[in-house]
Amino acid sequence: MADSLRLYFRYVGIAIRGQLQYRAAFVLKVVGYCIATGVEFLGLWALFARFGSLAGWTLREVALIYGVADVGFALADGLSRGLDRFGDVLKAGEFDRMLVRPRSTILQLLGFDFRLLTFGRMAQGIIALAWAGQFVAWSPGRAALLALSFACTTCLFIGLAVLQATTAFWTIESLEVWNAFTYGGNYASQYPFDIYTRWLRAFFTAILPLALTGYVPVRAILGRDPLDAWHVIAPLAGPLFLIIALGVWRIGVRHHASTGS
Amino acid sequence: MGYLAIIAARFRTLLQYRAAALAGLFTQIFFGIVRIMILSAFYAASRSQHAPMSLREVVGYIWLGQAMLLLMPWRIDEDVLRQVNDGSIVYELARPLDLQAVWLARGVAWRTAPVLLRLVPMLVLAMVVLPIFEPAWALAPPSAAAFAAWLVCFAGAIVLSAAISALMNVTLLWSLAGSGIPMIVGALATIFGGLTIPLVLFPAWSQPIIYALPFAGLLDLPSRIFTGNLPAHDVIYVLADQLVWSLVLIAFGRWLLARGVRKLVVQGG
Repeated sequence: MADSLRLYFRYVGIAIRGQLQYRAAFVLKVVGYCIATGVEFLGLWALFARFGSLAGWTLREVALIYGVADVGFALADGLSRGLDRFGDVLKAGEFDRMLVRPRSTILQLLGFDFRLLTFGRMAQGIIALAWAGQFVAWSPGRAALLALSFACTTCLFIGLAVLQATTAFWTIESLEVWNAFTYGGNYASQYPFDIYTRWLRAFFTAILPLALTGYVPVRAILGRDPLDAWHVIAPLAGPLFLIIALGVWRIGVRHHASTGS
Repeated sequence: MGYLAIIAARFRTLLQYRAAALAGLFTQIFFGIVRIMILSAFYAASRSQHAPMSLREVVGYIWLGQAMLLLMPWRIDEDVLRQVNDGSIVYELARPLDLQAVWLARGVAWRTAPVLLRLVPMLVLAMVVLPIFEPAWALAPPSAAAFAAWLVCFAGAIVLSAAISALMNVTLLWSLAGSGIPMIVGALATIFGGLTIPLVLFPAWSQPIIYALPFAGLLDLPSRIFTGNLPAHDVIYVLADQLVWSLVLIAFGRWLLARGVRKLVVQGG
């Protein structure tokens, strides 16, 4: 395992050095990413300026929810870019080469494409968090809960990327459907879940448990709920989702019949 | 008419991607519903009576934004990026066609085909199917006058979008790896074109600035005409805004392209 991780970090190191070769283009792209994601928050701010509150939530509170959702998503997105390209890897027959190597296929794929630049996406989430964080009465328990919430949200989105990649074993068409869940899930989880209708809340609790990894712990961090065991257990739905996704991946690998003869 | 042939060829290529269109439709409906829930929660606040747009109009505006999503000048033309990167742009320059006009024609086709492929099912779903399940989320059918006026500025929006992307193509001559400047322009178009929230919901002091930018003609103004937030006869001003901006951007693009071609160094032998 330690050996696999070392290999992964070598892949990442190579990818980073490669991307820094085009320095000016890289800086422009990071700026582009920051602006592209920052505009969403500008819209949120304008709505609060006009309407005052969102179903009893203040901008400070929503900013914290927003920040957790966004940083968790950006982390997962940066880490799982290689999975995004799995369809191409499969079509080119490159996956067979990965299979014969004595390392985890998922780790090889994660290392296949690592984009430093997607971390530019994180900037606005961090800014939102830093701003909203000033108004939170921090305690060690709350800080730990925030860290747990990040980690679990990231696990959940990586799990989603694994599931998305797995479907490529069966079909190469319309993988875009997953965008509704990845980008749609990220978008929906930037807001407090109690503003949504029951079926949507149920979906984000029982099927794609984004409400459990972000919204539930953030409620305790904001002091809306007294902190208890539930707020610690609920986010674990994220890692659980990832474990299930990896199980589905293994089924897919077993099902895999290579292209070509 | 070489340019018409370019449009027709691009059109046929783009209409091949039906599965992608279906997947996109699903994603956009999901986004649309979430957006509507968020805006509805904001409108539940007491201060909403003074809002310059009714919730009904906002719902319609959101659906139109989702339906016309692909009209946004988000991405650069991948073919042009490749041509600049591998040097085959010299062949384009050698052709007896005006390069910027070629890019404009490609841009018009590039926007129109995918947009139409999604716009029609999207509008039908939002106008006919949604009322059965959740009338509050449905797109209200426009008056005949509003619909006719909207059709006119929809065409204007496509021209404007093509003008913006042709200008972005020119910037590729300076930045090889591309995508930095188009990304920034795309972000500005997203927020100031009306995709994030309806522009009239921004603070009053910012309205003159936002509407002075070229982006309002993309989604905001046409959608306001469709939903009746702007009277149908205002279409004259909307079209004037779109066309004036298109001409300015095209003129700027030509000037920039002429400068770019002068200093162009073709990669390779």
